[in-house]
Amino acid sequence: MHTALRLGWLEVKLLLREPLTVVFSLVLPLIVLFVLGGVFGNEPSKPGEMVVYRGVGPITYYVPAYVALVVASVCVISIPTHLATNRERGVLKRYHASGISAASIAGAELVVVFALSAISAALLLVAAWISYDFESPRSVPAVVGVFIVLALGFAAFGLLLGALAPTARAAQALGMLLWFVMLFLGGAGPPPEVLGGAMHVVSVVTPLLHAVRIMQSAWLGLDAGWSWLVFGGMFAVCTVLGIRLFRWE
Amino acid sequence: MAEPVISVAHLEKRYRDVVAVRDVSFEVNAGEIFGILGPNGCGKTTTVECLQGLRRADGGSIRVLGLDPQRQASELRRHIGAQLQESALPDRIKVWEALQLFSSLAPEGRRWTAVMEEWGLADKRDATFASLSGGQQQRLFVALALVNSPKVVFLDEMTTGLDPASRRVAWDLVDRLREQGTTVVLVTHFMDEAETLCDRVAIMADHRVVALDQPATLVDRYSGGSEVTFTTDGDVAFLGGVPGAAEVAVLGRHVTVTGTGPLLVHVAAALVQRGMTPLDLQVARPTLESVFLQLTGGAPVEPGEA
Repeated sequence: MHTALRLGWLEVKLLLREPLTVVFSLVLPLIVLFVLGGVFGNEPSKPGEMVVYRGVGPITYYVPAYVALVVASVCVISIPTHLATNRERGVLKRYHASGISAASIAGAELVVVFALSAISAALLLVAAWISYDFESPRSVPAVVGVFIVLALGFAAFGLLLGALAPTARAAQALGMLLWFVMLFLGGAGPPPEVLGGAMHVVSVVTPLLHAVRIMQSAWLGLDAGWSWLVFGGMFAVCTVLGIRLFRWE
Repeated sequence: MAEPVISVAHLEKRYRDVVAVRDVSFEVNAGEIFGILGPNGCGKTTTVECLQGLRRADGGSIRVLGLDPQRQASELRRHIGAQLQESALPDRIKVWEALQLFSSLAPEGRRWTAVMEEWGLADKRDATFASLSGGQQQRLFVALALVNSPKVVFLDEMTTGLDPASRRVAWDLVDRLREQGTTVVLVTHFMDEAETLCDRVAIMADHRVVALDQPATLVDRYSGGSEVTFTTDGDVAFLGGVPGAAEVAVLGRHVTVTGTGPLLVHVAAALVQRGMTPLDLQVARPTLESVFLQLTGGAPVEPGEA
């Protein structure tokens, strides 16, 4: 535990010394928020129109969705590449030989996820607060609780990606690909209601969609449906596979 | 005799169907600098990685400090230091951060600031890993391997890729370990390194240990002996009776005695006894390199990966 925290704090410092990769995962969600906010405004669907954004205004919809998105961004863009790079360069093996456990490595990445996601979410909320009139959370503790659950779930997802990727380059490509798929189809891009056919199917299997729904249930009181179950299942599968597939070299 | 620090018996390791190590056995005593020498891909690194519990052996038994590296790996790692081949640190980590991290893993070890001073890294304290020269990085790795005050240190190709000056510095580091009484297992493919540093050397070829002894003994046993030469006008037939002498060849005034063992000493003693004191008495001894070439049947190894 102690080692995980120490290593995690060190990893956060190391990431902040390589600002480009961090800026990427922190700033992308911000850009998307402003583009979509600029395009769609914050008017809920009118009676008689197709119901989009689950019946609330786009900004009201997007702010909680993007708090979920920033966690996903850190976990699919930064974590897999970081883990694969450390493995490729022999850093993990070096840690292993000195008695650092796999649990400590995972714990350290979790610290990174929490730190970067918190910074990213804070940036997002400040930017949204300055620019838009969005709804405050119904229950702040519930939102914080969901944030922690999302961070745990996506961290397991990111660590699994890092274990699966054969090289650091592959991890980077895989992470970016998944990020864009999740952004466009996972409830953080176009309103999920307008996605039809195959896109709808992909959307439903995207972890982000369920993360968004869970966050919106805590924030706006919207129904989360099966999303808790799906997200929890994904977390369990990723954790089990991540432990099995973790490699030191 | 005290318990050996390391004992390996009939170690076997395969990677899928490829044999990496076959029936390797040896012991390392306390305070010894033990070299493992061999051409690329002969199983040196696999052997020491099994000793450190980084790989699971397929057969045989290993004891390091009385512990089983497979079942007691975390206990073992508190007492050993490792410098791994082809491992690195994150580019942006600073010297002090690395030392602090690794020392925090072994609270009973020495203060990392003391280790940093001792290995001449104090003025590089805030430098990032990537900004260090090859020699400085190597020094940092050795310092990290020592920060937990280990009883045994594994150094895997610590000088590969270093320029000659940095290699000399690295040799001095190992000498300092010897003075501190630390047991060192040194993997190398440089003959001169093994000959200079090691008390005993295991030569590996074709995934097995083909010879194991003190470098001088190996040279004596496998290289066809040494040659003692001098010039004299006197009769030297008596030298044929000197212990270890195999042949005495006289060509004009030039005498060449070939043989094994401490030949020079015996020849010199015999000469002095007869009142002969040639000024140009000298010995040509084969090096470990010629032994190595004979045992491994290969060309000299290029620096690179093993």
